[in-house]
Amino acid sequence: MWRDALLVAGKDLRIEMRSRVVLNQVAPFAIVVLVLFAFALGPDRTPMVQGAAGLFWVAVLFAAVLAVQRSFALEANDGTRDGLRLSGLDPAGIFLGKAAAVAAQLIVLEVLLAAGVVLFYGAHVRSYGAVVAACAAGTAGLAAVGTLYGALAAGVRVRETLLPFLLLPVVAPVLLAGTRAWQAALGTGPGGDTAGPWLSLLLVFAAVYLSLGVVIFGSLQESG
Amino acid sequence: MTTPVPTPATSPNRKPWPLRALGAAALVSMAVTVWLGLWVTPPDKVQGQLVRLVYIHPPIAWVALYLAFGTAALASVLWLWPRTRSRFWDNLAAASMEVGTVFTALTLVTGSIWGRPTWGVWWAWDARLTSTALLLVLQLGYLALRRVPGDADSRARRCAVGAVIAGVDVPIVHFSVDWWKTLHQGATVLNPDLSPTIHGIMAWTLLLAFVAMTLVFIWMLIVRYRIQVLSERLEGAELEMALHERWAENPVPVPELVP
Repeated sequence: MWRDALLVAGKDLRIEMRSRVVLNQVAPFAIVVLVLFAFALGPDRTPMVQGAAGLFWVAVLFAAVLAVQRSFALEANDGTRDGLRLSGLDPAGIFLGKAAAVAAQLIVLEVLLAAGVVLFYGAHVRSYGAVVAACAAGTAGLAAVGTLYGALAAGVRVRETLLPFLLLPVVAPVLLAGTRAWQAALGTGPGGDTAGPWLSLLLVFAAVYLSLGVVIFGSLQESG
Repeated sequence: MTTPVPTPATSPNRKPWPLRALGAAALVSMAVTVWLGLWVTPPDKVQGQLVRLVYIHPPIAWVALYLAFGTAALASVLWLWPRTRSRFWDNLAAASMEVGTVFTALTLVTGSIWGRPTWGVWWAWDARLTSTALLLVLQLGYLALRRVPGDADSRARRCAVGAVIAGVDVPIVHFSVDWWKTLHQGATVLNPDLSPTIHGIMAWTLLLAFVAMTLVFIWMLIVRYRIQVLSERLEGAELEMALHERWAENPVPVPELVP
């Protein structure tokens, strides 16, 4: 399973290295979202600093939708889906590999977005550990759910409109917990709030969906 | 010239008597609930006449949040389990989710109507309201997935997986939103020490309301399930009919379709 996962993740990342779609299209899109939020909140810095944590995570969610769509657009052409099924790879391995590739791309996007939040909004990071931990756990959860829904919507004609509608409500807890963890780390949250419980919530979310994906992904691959 | 289409084994117009009896029981219990709730029970000291919403809102929420969603999630799991895989579970999940969506929307509407006079706002970002709203969106997502064109088997697979993903999300959403903010009153009837904090005729009316709403749900579920099965049968029959007409007007035999 782990070897298969590495193979699939390596394949996806190699395609990304050569095509640079996420880097050249999704990353600028995420930055545009940050700039648009700044326009919506006005030139005054205060609401931006207050909202920085939430805006970061909303931008990550949007970027995740695009990254997942890209990840499964790779499988849409040239009968790749059938090729994957014929290859005899473990479905759990395929799931973990696709999720790992999505997560790796999201991490890069998050680094960019975090830099953007600090630069544009003037957010001040107090606890780097909590910021990094929230990103790691949140990304694992996002990648797991995204990969499941990506596979679910793959091969459906209306997938472009279906995927965000399905994905975004399910990952609402990630937005919620990620935002609160970041608020605690940036010192903009309600008084006395600590990142601890929110980090554990993110971890539980990631663990639940990673294990669900390992169990259930095989039945998505059966046919159709 | 048309060839007669094979007729379904049971006529769609005639409902079996247990279903009629169930419908009647639901109607009667609902009528008694309305009578008790509106005329017999006294108004509350604090909430006045508004307390009568207690006979409507919690029972609807019980059906929406636990019964309907639970049935749909369980049926989806049973479909995914290879040993119990059958069309029955797929159709049951679809019917339950659709009826449940109506109840979830009604939960929000009745809650909103209750919230306006008691909290002063139609909507508050309270924990239970927020998680119920998210549940509604998840259910609408399932219904959207249901309407994706495709053959029945892959639709069943997609929907079952989608329902399981959403079903796992519900407790997580519940807890996260609970931590996030809370304003709603705690559960009155099913509080942890299991001693109802309301008494007498009001408690009985509330109990009856739960029974009535459950009966209404089961009746709607069965009717919706039948519609589901009949519409699938109709789809098949329409294709048969079109093929027969085509054969009738075309002297050259049409090659058999690959099954």
